Amino acid sequence: MVWKITDEIFDTMAGEVRLTINGFSAQAPQDQSLLVTLRQQGIDIPTLCHHSDLPSEGQCRLCVVEIGEWPRTRIVNSCTYPTEGGLVVQTHSERVLQARAMVLELLLARCPNAKVIKDLAADHGVHESRFKTDDPEELCILCGLCVRACRDIVGVSAISMKGRSPDKQVATPFLEQSAACIGCGSCAFICPTNVIPYTEKDGIRTIWGRNFELQPCAKCGNYIAPKAQLEHWAKLTGDPVESFYTCRDCR
Amino acid sequence: MPRFESVDHLREYRRQLMARLDPKQPQVLVCAGPGCLPMGSDEVAAAFREELQKNGLEGKVALKECGCQGLCARAVKVLLRPQEIAYQHVTPEDVPEIVEATLKNGQVVERLVYEDPETHNRLACKADIPFYKGQQPVVLRKLDIIDPESLDDYLALGGYRGLRKVLGEMSPDDVIDAVTKSGLRGRGGGGFPTGRKWRICADELEEVKFIICNGDEGDPGAFMDRAVMEGDPHAILEGMIIGGYAIGASKGYIYVRHEYPLAVKRLARAIDQAREVGFLGPNIFRSGFGFDIKISRGAGAFVCGEETALIASMGGFIGEPSPRPPYPAQHGLFGQPTIINNVETWANIPEIINMGADWFAGIGTEKSKGTKVFSLVGAVNQTGLVEVPMGTSLKHIIYDLGGGLRPGREFKAVQTGGPSGGCIPSQFLDLPVDYDSLQSVGSIMGSGGMIVMDDTSCMVDVARYFISFLYEESCGKCTPCREGLKHLLFFLDEIIAGRGEMAHLDLMEELCATMASASICGLGQSAVNPVRSTIKYFREEYEAHIRDKKCHALVCRPLLKYTIDPETCTGCLACVRECPVGAISGLKKEAQELDQELCVKCGLCYEACQFDAVKVE
Amino acid sequence: MDAQRLDSILTRYDCDPWDLIPVLQDIQDSYSYLPKDELQEVSSRLNVPLTQIFSVATFFKMFSLVPKGRHQVKVCLGTTCHLRGGARLVESLSNKLGIEPGYTTKDMQFSLETVGCLGSCAQAPVMMVDDKYFGRSSVDKVPKILKLYK
Repeated sequence: MVWKITDEIFDTMAGEVRLTINGFSAQAPQDQSLLVTLRQQGIDIPTLCHHSDLPSEGQCRLCVVEIGEWPRTRIVNSCTYPTEGGLVVQTHSERVLQARAMVLELLLARCPNAKVIKDLAADHGVHESRFKTDDPEELCILCGLCVRACRDIVGVSAISMKGRSPDKQVATPFLEQSAACIGCGSCAFICPTNVIPYTEKDGIRTIWGRNFELQPCAKCGNYIAPKAQLEHWAKLTGDPVESFYTCRDCR
Repeated sequence: MPRFESVDHLREYRRQLMARLDPKQPQVLVCAGPGCLPMGSDEVAAAFREELQKNGLEGKVALKECGCQGLCARAVKVLLRPQEIAYQHVTPEDVPEIVEATLKNGQVVERLVYEDPETHNRLACKADIPFYKGQQPVVLRKLDIIDPESLDDYLALGGYRGLRKVLGEMSPDDVIDAVTKSGLRGRGGGGFPTGRKWRICADELEEVKFIICNGDEGDPGAFMDRAVMEGDPHAILEGMIIGGYAIGASKGYIYVRHEYPLAVKRLARAIDQAREVGFLGPNIFRSGFGFDIKISRGAGAFVCGEETALIASMGGFIGEPSPRPPYPAQHGLFGQPTIINNVETWANIPEIINMGADWFAGIGTEKSKGTKVFSLVGAVNQTGLVEVPMGTSLKHIIYDLGGGLRPGREFKAVQTGGPSGGCIPSQFLDLPVDYDSLQSVGSIMGSGGMIVMDDTSCMVDVARYFISFLYEESCGKCTPCREGLKHLLFFLDEIIAGRGEMAHLDLMEELCATMASASICGLGQSAVNPVRSTIKYFREEYEAHIRDKKCHALVCRPLLKYTIDPETCTGCLACVRECPVGAISGLKKEAQELDQELCVKCGLCYEACQFDAVKVE
Repeated sequence: MDAQRLDSILTRYDCDPWDLIPVLQDIQDSYSYLPKDELQEVSSRLNVPLTQIFSVATFFKMFSLVPKGRHQVKVCLGTTCHLRGGARLVESLSNKLGIEPGYTTKDMQFSLETVGCLGSCAQAPVMMVDDKYFGRSSVDKVPKILKLYK
């Protein structure tokens, strides 16, 4: 068992529990992840695959912490672990720091030119990787944020993961143009390493190999979003698509 | 068969069934298990069918194709009851002699019985054969007795008596208590106390709960679950129905690996039979409890043996594991509380109910109760499935049951627990086989795979083999596992290619530390075991590869050299035909020459040569 | 798209999203691969995004997006088979058929692949052609086995 169950735990506000973080006692709401609790306490926990608008998947392993008491401790990712009463947590123990450093060293080998990886690695004392790099231009860390955002926030699911370990990659179905894509660019926006390219020129946005005609604002003429995206919103709300042809500033 | 409307009805049916059975009736049981099936057991069975008919014996002698009889290297095996005469290496051509000599005249066909490798005594009776003598079959007990497609056979051996007892006399809590008291731990590898898991799930307040049987036996070298699914499918069903009653589930799924089509067929048939007679359905024995089972087929992913990945794939998603908590017992299939247990775990349940928790707890060690089925394969003389009490020593299993190593070969290591297990060297042969002892030497119980390796195995190659397997099977979701396995494989390949450095060993250890602690699931966490255990116990082999660029076991190709001995070569050109790169040349009937520059060290010439003229060093 | 064939498969199910993998398995068994048009139809009938279907089709080893050969040759590379020369068996077959594992011969007669463990370890090395097992296989037996199917 990793917790100490005492009366103390329950002597808190309703819905709150008491736990021990880095040796100090703390109180926090029960129905939130350990990551949120730790950040609320002002502790710096690195993450790459986490986004507050998306359910956590525990993919990147950077948010790991050590729970329990020696010798029965465990390394767990804080983004999905619940805030439990009586929990004993260490956020920067030797094991935790070693794990984070090794994960970053592995990512640095995979994506040596990804700025956010280089910076995070440097923060953890990792300035170069002892592992080999297959493709120095690689920027994708397979965190899955783009896939999840497209599926759970935008709701169209235009891209997904292809394959398993050896050649896993984010891809459109059959590696062809994705019919479901509305060109919104959410995937590119949420990507921590800016690997998804999209270009805009002459009123056309190109992303995932498809060209999307951009809709100009009926009032000021600035481009709002791809037509396909506005049509998607129209379908969702039931409003006529023309009602989306005014940009936010002009409303 | 009738529908069993009550426990009394079933009791009465069985009483009448037993009265009808003649324990002295001659039976021919042809093993159709995973070892004998590929060696033509169906042809042997067909030959018996024909021969019995020819001799007018069809009504008098019962012929059954049964489950695995063990001793798989001696396929095809035939067991004659009631005398329990065990015939081995039986071919269709032997069948007329067996029928004539043994069935008609009560004589043993000496050349077909087991021969003790040392004394050369012929042992005709199964009970005398060392491989069987040292076992305690519980899960495997019925495999060489019943026809897996006959419900009557299962009932005659006490089948569904457990269910009768549970629905007739026990409450769900009674069942959980019994399982807890028995000390049964998950047989799939996790070793988690089964009763405790059931209690957690039973305590969940959700209405809808599920039972899952994990039949995704993916460990290479393991086929115990396959043998039970094919040879005694009703035991699994009975266990699951009892489990459903205990935790409050009305639906169960058996997730069967894609590569086991016969297991799917047998289980489907058993389910049909159970539905027909009322063991599955809305109101079993008029108890008010209803349960049904469906089969779910795996689609070819080792990672789906992991609980959360299995559940994901049952929902129509890719088999990527999820962090735990929440555990499936609380939040599983379709978000509902779910109990997933392995095939062997389920198969133990009816016996625990029948014989009692105390009986089960009386077998095994303090922390590992009951028996365990192991698939003993590799470099031993007698291979096959063995079932022994927990705590039996490795030595007993490998030497007394397995008959020791093949002639002229020395024991080097035994690998337990599948690809996530470690290699155990000879200094631990006295180790009792149980969950904790195996863990203490850097291995795991896993599903029970036990691969014996001799001096012809290279431990670096073995580590590389397992890492390569795990890398192909890794789902790729998390960094430590995906990237870690990639680099472990790279370093091992470098070492095998003669480009290794001592620093690689340290780096691999460092990498393993993070993989073991920070991977999401057991695949990544345990992937370190083959590497860590071989570096720990066989470091000198790694050093030989790195420092001397030599593979003493003659396995690692880049470090080998093939030559043709001009004295022994007959010029038959068999090697020339096999060589994929045309490295061998010479005139017919004259000694061939091997061009070292072109040679890719595949060894096909070595395999093809009938005259031992190809040498390797 | 073979609408009739696909319909005969879909009628076996309630067409819930979680029926996806069994549906794909039936299509794979029936067509020997997963045709794109059929997958698009499955997407709309089961109400599952095409991206999810593509992920599943590329994740699980049993699925193929390209047609497979008339005969499936599978060589076991489980531990015991590996230790007893499984790799050489693969190579020999690869040489004889002229294809690497994972591919199909030009005349669409044979597909070659390696599989994890067929569960017949005592007969290592094991290979299968379609539903038939060949235990205790070896390099010299390969020509004879292939001949049975040519």
